[in-house]
Amino acid sequence: MLIDSPHWIIIIILLPILGSVVCFLWREHIVKLALATAVGTVTSVGVLSWQVITNGVQRYELGAWSAPLGIELYLDGLSLLMLLVTAIVGFAISIYASAYFKDDKTNIFWPLWLFLWSALNALFVSSDIFNLFVTLEIIGLSAVALVALSGGANAITAAMRYLLVSLLGSMLYLMGVALLYHSYGTVDMVLLSLRTEMTPTMWLIMGLMTTGLLLKTALFPLHFWLPPAHSSAPVPVSAVLSALVVKASFYILWRLWIVVFPLADHAQANLGFILGLLGSLAIVWGGFQALRQTRLKLLIAYSTVMQIGYLFLAFPLANVMGWKATLYFILAHAVAKTAMFMAAGNILIHRGHDRIADFYSMAQYLPLTISAFALSGISLMGLPPSGGFIAKWLLLEASIVSGQWWWGLVLIVGGLLTGAYVFKVLGYAFIQEDSSNEPYPIGISKRMEWMALGMALLAIVLGFIAPFILRIMDIGSPFAEVLS
Amino acid sequence: MNFDNWVPLLIVIIPLFVSVFIFTLAEDKTKTRSVLNIGASLFSLGLVGFILWGVSSGHHYETRFSFLPGLDFVLRADSLSMLFVTLSSALWMLTTVYAIGYLEGSPHRSRFFGFFSLCVAATLGVALAGNLITFLLFYELLTLATYPLIVHRGTIKVRRAGRIYLMYTLAGGAFLLLGTVLLYSITGTLEFVTGGFLSAFDSSNHSLLILVFVLLMIGLGVKAAIIPLHGWLPHSMVAPAPVSSLLHAVAVVKAGAFGIVRVVYDVFGIEFSVILGLTLPLAIIASITIIYASIRALFQDGLKARLAYSTVSQVSYIILGVAIAGPLAAVGGVVHLVHQGVTKITLFFCAGNFAETLGIHNISQMHGVGRRMPWTMTAFTIGALGMIGIPPLAGFISKWYLGLGALEAGQAWVLWVLAGSSLLNAAYFLPILYVAWFKKPRGDWPAEQKFGKYETSLLLLVPPLITALFVVLLGLFASLPFSALAWSEFIISKEFLL
Repeated sequence: MLIDSPHWIIIIILLPILGSVVCFLWREHIVKLALATAVGTVTSVGVLSWQVITNGVQRYELGAWSAPLGIELYLDGLSLLMLLVTAIVGFAISIYASAYFKDDKTNIFWPLWLFLWSALNALFVSSDIFNLFVTLEIIGLSAVALVALSGGANAITAAMRYLLVSLLGSMLYLMGVALLYHSYGTVDMVLLSLRTEMTPTMWLIMGLMTTGLLLKTALFPLHFWLPPAHSSAPVPVSAVLSALVVKASFYILWRLWIVVFPLADHAQANLGFILGLLGSLAIVWGGFQALRQTRLKLLIAYSTVMQIGYLFLAFPLANVMGWKATLYFILAHAVAKTAMFMAAGNILIHRGHDRIADFYSMAQYLPLTISAFALSGISLMGLPPSGGFIAKWLLLEASIVSGQWWWGLVLIVGGLLTGAYVFKVLGYAFIQEDSSNEPYPIGISKRMEWMALGMALLAIVLGFIAPFILRIMDIGSPFAEVLS
Repeated sequence: MNFDNWVPLLIVIIPLFVSVFIFTLAEDKTKTRSVLNIGASLFSLGLVGFILWGVSSGHHYETRFSFLPGLDFVLRADSLSMLFVTLSSALWMLTTVYAIGYLEGSPHRSRFFGFFSLCVAATLGVALAGNLITFLLFYELLTLATYPLIVHRGTIKVRRAGRIYLMYTLAGGAFLLLGTVLLYSITGTLEFVTGGFLSAFDSSNHSLLILVFVLLMIGLGVKAAIIPLHGWLPHSMVAPAPVSSLLHAVAVVKAGAFGIVRVVYDVFGIEFSVILGLTLPLAIIASITIIYASIRALFQDGLKARLAYSTVSQVSYIILGVAIAGPLAAVGGVVHLVHQGVTKITLFFCAGNFAETLGIHNISQMHGVGRRMPWTMTAFTIGALGMIGIPPLAGFISKWYLGLGALEAGQAWVLWVLAGSSLLNAAYFLPILYVAWFKKPRGDWPAEQKFGKYETSLLLLVPPLITALFVVLLGLFASLPFSALAWSEFIISKEFLL
């Protein structure tokens, strides 16, 4: 049967690349081709999900060569959920972009974005650290090119800085890969997990790889490149960057931490504490910075800096519940942040600017967009019912159960800060304008409004399907290693 | 799944659907909107009647599905929840009628009624919640649904009030969340059980349970406007009159008070709360709130501001009734949930009528208003006397039971609080009645509108008259079955295992 074929896992990587090349060569029908590719990719991910949910973990040996010589692809619950959220967000962004870039018929956005999508898919199914490097590098380069798309001086500067950071991060990671291969003769994660032991070299390796990946994930204080890059890019790109790209490097760090790094319990606790502390600082710092912003896109970008901090609270908790909470957080944040950037994009087109203080009567002109903003804000705040709430609840529970209640307080403070900056925007949007102002003639595409609202509603729906999602997380027990 | 499993969900879903549908309606579809609103609330009222009958004859109505591992989303119709559900549905009906009249011709009505229905859905969810997490869910939804109503007018001043409201309620929500998670990590269950479930757990860790109690009380106390957490309430008076009515009588402050009743009775259990030594501090805080807010009310010239402080004071009667920890006082507290609601909504409806018809916002402008608007003023008078606790009005019944209960529980000092607050109530209500009925009008009204042959629009006039009638009937016929009092006795007999 076609649906049982083992090759779907490779199709989700090849199809977007193929689409990318075709889009690049055949510019007349670029949007149609790109959307067709998106539909195809989403369908393939759907079939793959069905396979994993019914049959469990999937393995695929490229060219039938097994590890350590060949490349093995591996798909468990964690990978699957990352693939799924990429597919859903990617599809929504593709539709949104088709309206956003509608005047630009030969846009270079499409080949770059499909290329990026392919690399993301490849990253989430790779199980060797060199393959991960390759995909990470492709993601970084396409992301930089996408940031530079809008072409203004700001965008170019931001893109250049992003490029340097990205290359530096990859280089540090690659040095770690080289040292690991040199010491243990393999790049396969499972084999490495059996061989690695705590040596001085291992500390160096861990330091290099972690720093590189933290730089790419923009954890405070290495976040400096993120706000300009995320805020000066075109809106669909900002959404991709905040929702998916920063999660990719986090995903690698996560896998390494659980599978490869041979951390003893106390070392894990100490390092975890440091990461948790940085995460907490990111939450507080990012939250205050977001509150200070006068431009909506910058506000949302700082909100991403803040929300990345939440991801790192899982490291000191380091129990299954904490990991699951973090994964849930990633899903909820990806969907909600996409919705929020889309809403910002609609406002930007409608008003021609994104100065928050001039948002009067927005609730009247763009009710769907403001609803989308509000609903995604609810999820980011972690108010019920929403995916953000489930994640926050699980994290709180994990922190209390493990006797580290202070992380719980950080969560609460973060939620209140998020509430403050979300309602700052909404408060202005509800003010009635003076009658002296001209009405706004610029209507915006309904497709863009509905995409934003759809993503925001999905963030709310995530609050109701937790048992289902949490069951998927258990497939192949990706978090089991930390149980010991 | 049979029908009984869907009934509680249906109660919440109806206003939710109405809300979503109204958001999509065009602004000028006034008729469709009104028919939908009133139709849905009448249907709900019928459904509530049906469930009331079922609950009193021992039926169980429960909706349950998995929400998180080990935690369910539960809506359950028990006797306590039905008290609040009945109050909410009945006042939802009347407030809808009132709001249709009040907002006639003003902008953004679709938005207003959409959030209004959402607010009702959240309140009904709070009432029916069968465990603390479901309660939390609807409690937060209520915060979010009321914010757009408070900032409805969209001026700078209103935005500030909205911000203050959110600062208080979101912070309160955070405390509630913290308390809930802590409780769950201790017990592994959050299910409301008649008589409480905490006493069954290892009692060695009392200080942690006390911490949980304090966190929950702060979280709930913000909405119930316990001093010093009441700061948002006078500010939120900038909202349109129907919103203030609903906020004060049913939705927000009641959700807080109802939550306190739930936590004390169905989480901690009244006996266990007494063992932990939690009830006396709660009674003292409630008493301070009652007296302090009444004194503040004395000095307000704004009519709505005076009513707002009166609400702060009156809602704490409910908490006081719970905290005295005797069955009779508990009956007084729980029945006041209904009595205060009906009485206070009458007063706010009337205040709205004065503002809308004559442009009167301050008490100093009310000279002779009884001659111009005798029906509204009659309703107001009944409400005011009910608040003071003149027999045979509803407020008297509450105070009577509170007093008896205090004596029964050996806490005679409460009588001083009751007497003092009644005197203060009289001191801030009777002057209003005096100037309105007996003084001569001082020339022209600030901004008069004519409404045909009646003193004001009928849509504005009928709701307060009906609620005023209820103030009388709930007091006169308190001893009949299915009165609020009889139902409260039914609830309390279960909680105290009598």
